[in-house]
Amino acid sequence: MCGQCGCDAHQAAPLPHRRLELHQPLLSRNDRQAAHNRDHFRRHGLRTVNLLSAPGSGKTALLEQLARHWPRPPIGVIVGDLATDNDAQRLQLAGARAVQIRTGDLCHLDAALVDQAFGQLDCSGMDLLVIENVGNLVCPAAFDLGEQRRIALLSVTEGEDKPLKYPALFKSADAVVINKRDLAEAVGFDRRTAIANLSAIAPQATLFELSARTGEGLDALIRWLDGKAA
Amino acid sequence: MHELALLQELCALAAAAAREQGARQIHRMELRVGELGGVNPDALRQAFAVLAATAPWQTTELQLDVVPTRCFCPHCAQAFSPLDVIHACPQCGAISRQVLQGRELELVALEVS
Repeated sequence: MCGQCGCDAHQAAPLPHRRLELHQPLLSRNDRQAAHNRDHFRRHGLRTVNLLSAPGSGKTALLEQLARHWPRPPIGVIVGDLATDNDAQRLQLAGARAVQIRTGDLCHLDAALVDQAFGQLDCSGMDLLVIENVGNLVCPAAFDLGEQRRIALLSVTEGEDKPLKYPALFKSADAVVINKRDLAEAVGFDRRTAIANLSAIAPQATLFELSARTGEGLDALIRWLDGKAA
Repeated sequence: MHELALLQELCALAAAAAREQGARQIHRMELRVGELGGVNPDALRQAFAVLAATAPWQTTELQLDVVPTRCFCPHCAQAFSPLDVIHACPQCGAISRQVLQGRELELVALEVS
């Protein structure tokens, strides 16, 4: 519409261009929600973990063991998958209180999804909440969910160079768990190279080696989660 | 894969800021993406190309600046640019735990009218 007489015939004069300085983090909405979640978890007296790995590394198997051996059961689990609630059912059978998030085609969990799922979880008498992220080594690394600690899981069947290929995820982890150590020999896992790669990529991370299937090595991880290990 | 989700956040932020400032059109969005931000700049550009085929983004340009990684070496007391994903100091070889820049994922500015 014309700016002078209100008619449609004249072209309105173009407005001058101007610059708006914003300096706003792209994920500021997620970050705000994550801060809210963190506060919420703290008020419920929960220690919270964001568990990340590739599909098939054994996240759910590890959490089944954790559900059975955590000193003050039950543990809570919010589990993300593209489809099905198989994982939540497995975890409930192991004694966990589990809520499934079906993300559809979303490749990661975000803080708002976790907040919604948390609302469905009964946290009475619970002091450990694990968020099992969607199996993916890329996208979930960028999204803070409000967790206190982040654990990256790597299984011996995936090869020693996984941390070199997906550095962002391993660099963001407080701990790295090498799983399926019972299979290490069978698949020719080069432990020394794997550990060298991990300490080069993620020098900040505490390292655990275990087998979620046999339960071997689980104690050290439980002590760390319980705040009793250095 | 999450570049499309990030792009939606970007457009929502930009549209809200433009609206608040009484602007009618967004001509350019300036974005800073750190090498360690977990974002593939090409994927982001491609996602934007899809979006830019639709109104009101057809005349909007996306300016994407990649921020190179810089680390700090406590032994040499100086900043350095790592040669690869292992943040080893080129002077002494120590692995740095301190990233000074490279994690940015920021909408810097808009050009509007």
